[in-house]
Amino acid sequence: MTDYQNFQSHYERLLQMPVFGINQQEKWAKLSPIFEWLHQHHRAHCAAYANITSSAPAHFSSLENVPFLAVKLFKLMSLSSTPTQNVFRTLHSSGTTGQTPATITLDKETSARQSKTLVKVLQESLGRQRLPMLIIDSPVTVKPGSSFTARAAGIQGLSFFGRDHTYALDEQMQPNWQVIEAFHDKYHDQPVLLFGFTFMVWQYFVKAFQQSSGKPAFERGILLHSGGWKKLESEKVDNDTFKNTVAELFGIHQVINFYGMAEQVGSIFTECEAGHLHCPLFSDIIVRDPYTMKPCGSNQQGLLQCVSVLPTSYPGHSILTEDLGRLLGEDDCRCGRKGRYFAIDGRLPQTEVRGCSDTFMAGDAV
Amino acid sequence: MTNQEILTDAFCTALGIDAGQVTDELTYNTIPQWDSTAHMLLIAELENRFNVMLDTDDIIDMSSVAKAREILANYDIQF
Repeated sequence: MTDYQNFQSHYERLLQMPVFGINQQEKWAKLSPIFEWLHQHHRAHCAAYANITSSAPAHFSSLENVPFLAVKLFKLMSLSSTPTQNVFRTLHSSGTTGQTPATITLDKETSARQSKTLVKVLQESLGRQRLPMLIIDSPVTVKPGSSFTARAAGIQGLSFFGRDHTYALDEQMQPNWQVIEAFHDKYHDQPVLLFGFTFMVWQYFVKAFQQSSGKPAFERGILLHSGGWKKLESEKVDNDTFKNTVAELFGIHQVINFYGMAEQVGSIFTECEAGHLHCPLFSDIIVRDPYTMKPCGSNQQGLLQCVSVLPTSYPGHSILTEDLGRLLGEDDCRCGRKGRYFAIDGRLPQTEVRGCSDTFMAGDAV
Repeated sequence: MTNQEILTDAFCTALGIDAGQVTDELTYNTIPQWDSTAHMLLIAELENRFNVMLDTDDIIDMSSVAKAREILANYDIQF
């Protein structure tokens, strides 16, 4: 693969292929030239990336060979592979409390790939039709402003899947009872989509309705949520508790969690009927031992590295996250989806990866 | 109003632009008024005006005025 057009046409071809229907070996055959091109592209357009990855091989014999950057780097410095005049939007991760938010530079092309990919991946769970949508957040979150948060970007991206977008919370993050009731009256007997960030849904929606006498039933509702469990750990709320409570309160039995990050918008990992997170064709994961950085064995806990074919405007195609997880298997989930599937166990507690050798490991570590 | 006039009017209302700006070549994200937020307003406006239900593929594909006409034609809207 030599030029940008060629990369783009490779990507367009992926869009035509089954999102979860290609086995791991075949998938890597399709993705390896794309990652080799992305690596060269970012080396040529981002000096910092070129410096950090100077010892990486030019060809990647396996997924595990793709060099990665620690997610922290995006918080410490502005990493961009696009000229300033092409910057279309700057995305700020919401960041864990007390941390500096990461800055992600998007050009039009990367942004378009993110939207297209998000739609492709979520169509697998939601279908193509757009449903009346209740957003478990406050409308102020998406108010136009100079700084575009990851939360706002998430809501906006997901709004493609809905119609008659209705915000369930007011400016104080309290349930807007009237609005919720009106939405319920209008749509309670048909399929609806509810979307929110896991913590917001629990804290401001589930808990509020636990304490109220009336509970709106959405028997045909689908609840899509994301954002991690860290804030819910102290309340001992795990995925099962979350699902059971939502089913009990609102009669919603289709609850789908997805894993994604501001640094790789679009190529998200969705939960299947068996409760496993799956890698779509556009992205993949590697679990690494936090001390040696070597890939972990199956079901062994380690740090998640996420790779995505989407970013050309910033060098975020391969990122070592601070999330802990386990690879559960490959091509053999009982839901029938091909490729890797995994579980998230939590986040590395307040860690700071220190030293150059910790922020990047080239192929020699694998 | 002809369907073309309704289409132009829907773009004007949703994006807050003049009819003169609504040409076939007008493309998503090339003017500040047609960003992703306005895009959802545009979809809702087109659905109301033409009485159709657009799916997620349509939203992603609707990258220009010409493309909008092409997509609506799939729903038996004649131009």
